[in-house]
Amino acid sequence: MVLDFRDIHGKIYRGVKEIRGSLLILEGIPGVKYDEVVLIRAPDGVDRLGRVLEVGEDSVVIQVFGDEMGLQIDSVVKFTGATFEIPVSDDALGRMFNGRFEPIDGMPPIHSSELRDINGSPINPRARIHPNDFIQTGISAIDGMLSLVRGQKLPIFSESGLPHNRIIAQIARQATVPGKEEEFALVFAAMGLKNDEARYFIEQFRESGAIERSVIILNLADDPAIERLITPRIALTIAEYLAFELGYHVLTILSDMTNYCEALREISAARGEVPGRGGYPGYMYSDLATIYERAGIVTGRKGSLTQMPVLTMPGGDKRHPIPDLTGYITEGQIILDKDLDSRGIYPPINVLPSLSRLMRSGIGKGKTREDHREVSDQLYDAYSRGLRARDLARIVGEMGLSDRERLYLRFADVFENRFLRQGEYENRSIDETLDLAWEILTILPPEELVRVKEETIDKYYYPALSRVEVKG
Amino acid sequence: MRVGKIEKISGSVVVGKGIDDVEVGEVVEVGEDRLIGEVIRVAEERFIAQVYEPTSGLKPGDVISATGKRLVAELGPGLLSGILDGIGRPLEDLLKLSGPFISRGIKVNMLPRDIKWEFKPVVKVGDKVEGGDIIGTVEETPSITHKIMIPPGLSGVITHIEEGRYTIEEPIARLNTNGGEKEIFMYQEWPVRVPRPFMEGGRLPLSEPLITGQRVIDVFFPVAKGGAACIPGGFGTGKTVMLHQLAKWSDTEIVVYIGCGERGNEMAEVLTDFPELVDPRTNRPLMERTVLIANTSNMPVSAREASIYMGITIAEYYRDMGYDVALMADSTSRWAEAIREISGRLGEMPVERGYPAYLPDRVAEFYERAGRVKALGRPEREGSVTVIGAVSPPGGDFNEPVTIHTLRFTGVFWALDPDLAYSRHFPAINWLKSYSVYADRLISSFAYSVSGYAKELEDWWTKKFKDFPQYRERALRILSEAAEIESIARIIGEKALPDDQRLVLLTAELLKEGFLRQFAYDEVDSFCPPEKQVMILEVILDFHDKASKLIMNNVPIEKINGLPVVSKLMRMKYHPEGITHIQEVNREVIDSLSKLAEEYSLVI
Ligand SMILES: Nc1ncnc2c1ncn2[C@@H]1O[C@H](COP(=O)(O)OP(=O)(O)OP(=O)(O)O)[C@@H](O)[C@H]1O
Ligand SMILES: [Mg+2]
Repeated sequence: MVLDFRDIHGKIYRGVKEIRGSLLILEGIPGVKYDEVVLIRAPDGVDRLGRVLEVGEDSVVIQVFGDEMGLQIDSVVKFTGATFEIPVSDDALGRMFNGRFEPIDGMPPIHSSELRDINGSPINPRARIHPNDFIQTGISAIDGMLSLVRGQKLPIFSESGLPHNRIIAQIARQATVPGKEEEFALVFAAMGLKNDEARYFIEQFRESGAIERSVIILNLADDPAIERLITPRIALTIAEYLAFELGYHVLTILSDMTNYCEALREISAARGEVPGRGGYPGYMYSDLATIYERAGIVTGRKGSLTQMPVLTMPGGDKRHPIPDLTGYITEGQIILDKDLDSRGIYPPINVLPSLSRLMRSGIGKGKTREDHREVSDQLYDAYSRGLRARDLARIVGEMGLSDRERLYLRFADVFENRFLRQGEYENRSIDETLDLAWEILTILPPEELVRVKEETIDKYYYPALSRVEVKG
Repeated sequence: MRVGKIEKISGSVVVGKGIDDVEVGEVVEVGEDRLIGEVIRVAEERFIAQVYEPTSGLKPGDVISATGKRLVAELGPGLLSGILDGIGRPLEDLLKLSGPFISRGIKVNMLPRDIKWEFKPVVKVGDKVEGGDIIGTVEETPSITHKIMIPPGLSGVITHIEEGRYTIEEPIARLNTNGGEKEIFMYQEWPVRVPRPFMEGGRLPLSEPLITGQRVIDVFFPVAKGGAACIPGGFGTGKTVMLHQLAKWSDTEIVVYIGCGERGNEMAEVLTDFPELVDPRTNRPLMERTVLIANTSNMPVSAREASIYMGITIAEYYRDMGYDVALMADSTSRWAEAIREISGRLGEMPVERGYPAYLPDRVAEFYERAGRVKALGRPEREGSVTVIGAVSPPGGDFNEPVTIHTLRFTGVFWALDPDLAYSRHFPAINWLKSYSVYADRLISSFAYSVSGYAKELEDWWTKKFKDFPQYRERALRILSEAAEIESIARIIGEKALPDDQRLVLLTAELLKEGFLRQFAYDEVDSFCPPEKQVMILEVILDFHDKASKLIMNNVPIEKINGLPVVSKLMRMKYHPEGITHIQEVNREVIDSLSKLAEEYSLVI
């Protein structure tokens, strides 16, 4: 988006009636279209981007994306007549932009005859192909128990202070689809990230060489908050183009969606809408869906669009509207846990409330391994029993536990320390992950493994037992 | 056409003026692209319409024209195996016309116009017919015969009737009515917001269970054919998977599945799975009895609101043919939220959590459309619509308007429990919080219907079945007793409990693992035939009785819970040999407990 006021055609108006936060209210102006993009030049000389939010015969409401400080009644508004479009091209790969898609790497803006509305269009459900290509991230907790597949939208629910950035960087570094060498691209959109966080990612992408295949779009903590409403949509518009026109397998990272939702709440409050839970607007579910549902695979197109949004749960509460509504839309969630983190376990993934809904179709014979589902189910069962035993031990002491409970307690400890815990640069293959799972399951006698079929026990449990015995 | 102008646009809501006689419920076409909308309020000079497509680019002054039509469903052959959006447009056609991304202003018919159906008349010239009468049939799919009915409200004498292959646009009969000669087609239109009529006083008592093949439902919390059930739960607790299971395995002739404001990939999953799954009763692909409605979360909000009515109208139409229909709506919360969003844009006064005062009415009206009825017209026939609605309460907290009002108007409550879901105990239906008002009546008739199944085991069954309602009671009692004991065990540890209580915990564990837990994707266990359900329950309770006797005679619990047969009891449901295998396990239970008894010189 070229943002020079003079370069843009459009009708110019003065006569702002009222400024309410980031909203401008104008008199009725003939010909103004709902949702069209406007440019606003305030007396401070700074140009801002805006969008028509509501239009009637006698008033127009505009949402301003730029800095609201300095807006004045005698600002000039130019109506472009078009919805928000950006030029799309694979020239964007290896480039860096601000949250409005203006280059910040000193290179010229993207030029392309292909212009795309950043709101996209809904994918016809009939055109979707149900995702089933397993992505190996090299992280045991994810690959073994929360498998990611191409075209999935799988968010990370985190809290401030937890290492979600390191996990995302590790995934971006290690993710592969075993047995397939295809064009891969990364689209990274930051909403309200701190400068050093953004720098961390850029360094990481540079080190791993991914930067050449990345589009980086940064709205940082000190950038205008309202701009965050368009940043993820710009990112997804490019991602869709790369995936569905050019055939790339695109991983899109959106961080931090909490900042996005806060911008949404701000606009809603300025419009005087009836606030919903936590002050967030009642339509936040639908609004978030127009972002998250832009992941997938479609018939007749080669690529795929996988999304990993990151959000920090306010107050660490999973029932807060932001994680809650996200979880209702996405295909699962990876939840990070303070307690695991404080015990020094990286990655601190709390697998029990975490979920990957598309795991089933991505795993099993011919994809990962025939025992994958059963072993994963058994890990969930055993770990949740182990945690219950741990709770009980806190009350009655370890001596008060039955032998069986003590076994499960031990299992939970080993599970956390050997299976969950791994190095930031440790890249485990899916076979290694599953073998490791069996090895820790040998802590339990085979009769306990009721979520695994007898044949599977014969085939995997006993070999794992002998491996463990050899290792001592 | 009557034409007016747009005055204002705000999201999916458009204010228009200049059409004096416009009516609430009338369909309008908005702007140059002729976007489809529906009038929802009429004031003196203005009217308000909700638009079913994105409104970007509309401007005040653009034309808005009234069509004189209501939002209708086209009802006729060609609905089955199809997938429609919330306002009835086949998604297949949208795909052909606009590619994988849905663009605006596409007009397509709900029913295919190019297919020639083989029409077989069942009435002849001179017959007097009235609304609801069946005048002929069409083989819509190999498993479903479509009954062509006279639209409600019409009556007269047949003056002409065809036989042979016709499209739905070719008249297949002519009727001499009071108002003159009328052509009859193989399809009719019906306004989706109006319930379809049935015989006056024709609501029938609900006495037959919907057999779903899901143990926790069929045995513990059954729903009647023609009843309504709701399944509330936080995200990821298993609503959609359960609705998919019910859509796959329910013993109804027709299934209508509405994806209302949920995920696109879930609809893709149905479209991938169903054509390959075989209906255990007809041996035909499940898709042949299914109609899908998909208005996913990224599609326009107002069409989401309409999708529920579109779905239930289709369900009623097949009910009128005399079929049992099951309708699943995932999720009714998204529908309620769509109502809330539109209400908000109208500036209406919210009463609770932003919802308008008429929310309970809308919920009630929807569930009222469930029922078992005598259909209108001849020949006499009965049909039913069973409605199962998912509810997605914010934060998973059931104390919120949509859950509360839904509970008021449905008789069955399947309460999903996040803790069960976290330990991957699916279906995560909490057996202590759920209920079914139909349970007592249906359990005995379930028992009856089961005994009809397994002819070769008839004697065995009739003997068992007298006791089946008691089994259910006992199993529920053991489970609730176990819950109490567990709460004590959480303080003092299981080890400190007396052995008889530890046996209750063990049996509860067997019930949870071996009976309640049912993995939707297991080839064998996804659908559990009723006789197998009863048998698993019976064998586990038998084990409990025998083991209790041993415990009473001071056999230590460790001896019992260490028996190899215990893990077999938990796994027997998966065995491909089904009942034969369960009988084997039963024999092993008897053997191993008798051996134990011998060891302690007891006779049991
Ligand atoms: N009966 C079942 N058998 C096996 N797995 C199940 C079953 N029910 C649920 N699951 C698992 O739980 C996951 C979540 O279930 P589901 O998608 O039905 O949740 P939901 O309640 O519909 O959530 P949302 O409200 O977010 O749509 C599934 O992806 C599946 O992995
Ligand atoms: Mg769901």
